Amino acid sequence: MPSLTFVRAFVAVLAASVFVLGCATAPSDPELDAKAAAVLKGSFRVQGQAKLERLDQDETQKTCSTYAGKAVPKDVGERIEKANLATVHWPADGKYVGDWKSGERIAQEGRGMQYSDDPKGPVGANCYACHRLDPQELSYGTIGPSLYQFGKVRGYTDETRKYAYGKIWNAEAYNACTNMPRFGHQGILTEAQVKDVVALLVDPESPVNK
Amino acid sequence: MRAGRTARAAAAVLAVVACGALAQTNTADEIAKYRAALQDGNPAELWEARGEALWKEARGPRNVSLERCDLGLGPGVVKGAYTHLPRYFADADRVQDLESRLVFCMVSLQGIPEAEAKEGPFGGPDHKSAIEALVAWITSESRGVKMDVPQNHPKEREAYAVGEKIFYYRGGTHDFACATCHGEDGKRIRLQDLPNLTTREGAQKAYTTWPAYRVSQGELRTFQWRLNDCFRQQRFPELVFTSDASVALTTFLARNANGAAFDAPAIKR
Repeated sequence: MPSLTFVRAFVAVLAASVFVLGCATAPSDPELDAKAAAVLKGSFRVQGQAKLERLDQDETQKTCSTYAGKAVPKDVGERIEKANLATVHWPADGKYVGDWKSGERIAQEGRGMQYSDDPKGPVGANCYACHRLDPQELSYGTIGPSLYQFGKVRGYTDETRKYAYGKIWNAEAYNACTNMPRFGHQGILTEAQVKDVVALLVDPESPVNK
Repeated sequence: MRAGRTARAAAAVLAVVACGALAQTNTADEIAKYRAALQDGNPAELWEARGEALWKEARGPRNVSLERCDLGLGPGVVKGAYTHLPRYFADADRVQDLESRLVFCMVSLQGIPEAEAKEGPFGGPDHKSAIEALVAWITSESRGVKMDVPQNHPKEREAYAVGEKIFYYRGGTHDFACATCHGEDGKRIRLQDLPNLTTREGAQKAYTTWPAYRVSQGELRTFQWRLNDCFRQQRFPELVFTSDASVALTTFLARNANGAAFDAPAIKR
């Protein structure tokens, strides 16, 4: 992105002038980013399905990493969300909702994409790792918010269904630098699987809404 | 995921105890009791005994022991050494954690080829790791000593800064960084509590309890293993044993634990 390149160049110039003034004690941030990236490159090896390209960052990953857990400025966040929203593949048939029972299995499944996983084996979303969903499942994590009664609270509307689909497909489109993976965008789940997880959230018959 | 299945099995047992609004508090309490019960008679002692014997045993092409190995406090000084690692070593001209220092000593003192010294660092059912045993013994000699990782040499400061960058580095299919799971207080994955490694208290509690005997694996695991397995779950490629990234990240976390009494080898689920 041109504006980001400009900012980097500007920071580099600033860093250089600090160096000229003789105050440079620690590497400036862009230098450190480059150093860290080089160290990473030399510290991993291909294992199973996990190739070294997984260390290469896209713009979203790169930008979010530089804020190191701090809140992203509003304009930067809006830029990330806009760029990610543009990548969402909306279902061609206009239907967002699949089978909630299949969605529950996907939400429970923790395997997939790790180098220790069978590349031909199941790939899940492991929603319960971070979210509360079906209240019968007590083994749920708390990194993300509780999604219990997701549909019931928001209303069983097309807007809710579309939002759930888009959020699961690419969470960065709605909440820049979120902890949540981009399940559709990154090819973790198929379109049909995303629809099944949407169903778990929005189907009135789903245990999530009981 | 093996860990996931174990967590679920533990959850099923605990679910019987837990009920209603008190479920979460009771679960945490029960896990704490379970850990306390395990602490009595830690099998890590078996690794410690094997490690002490290995340290003193003449090995390698030069048929010498590791007793002249300098872990930072002078040749052969083991007591308290782990609490000052990682640190810069002039003879290697790099920052080294305990594992990379042990490899260095095996190569330079015992004449063991580097590839051989680094082979199979993590034990399994058919293979015992010399490194895990040595680490178990050496770290046990720091029990009760306060963490005091230096930041004097420029390369120590660089390792810390690079380690911090890596901690926040998002990548892979899931956009995960270390910070995704370890950047906030009071979070869990499933029922597993996650330390917030960005706070002094969180880093202290986590770092001072590794290495640990893992009940679910029947093995003693070192900090190198801990990082390796975190990156596996992050969906990254495999972290190379004693690589620069592993030492940098260890420097960041160990330094953040400064001031806390070291309390390992521990025992974990």
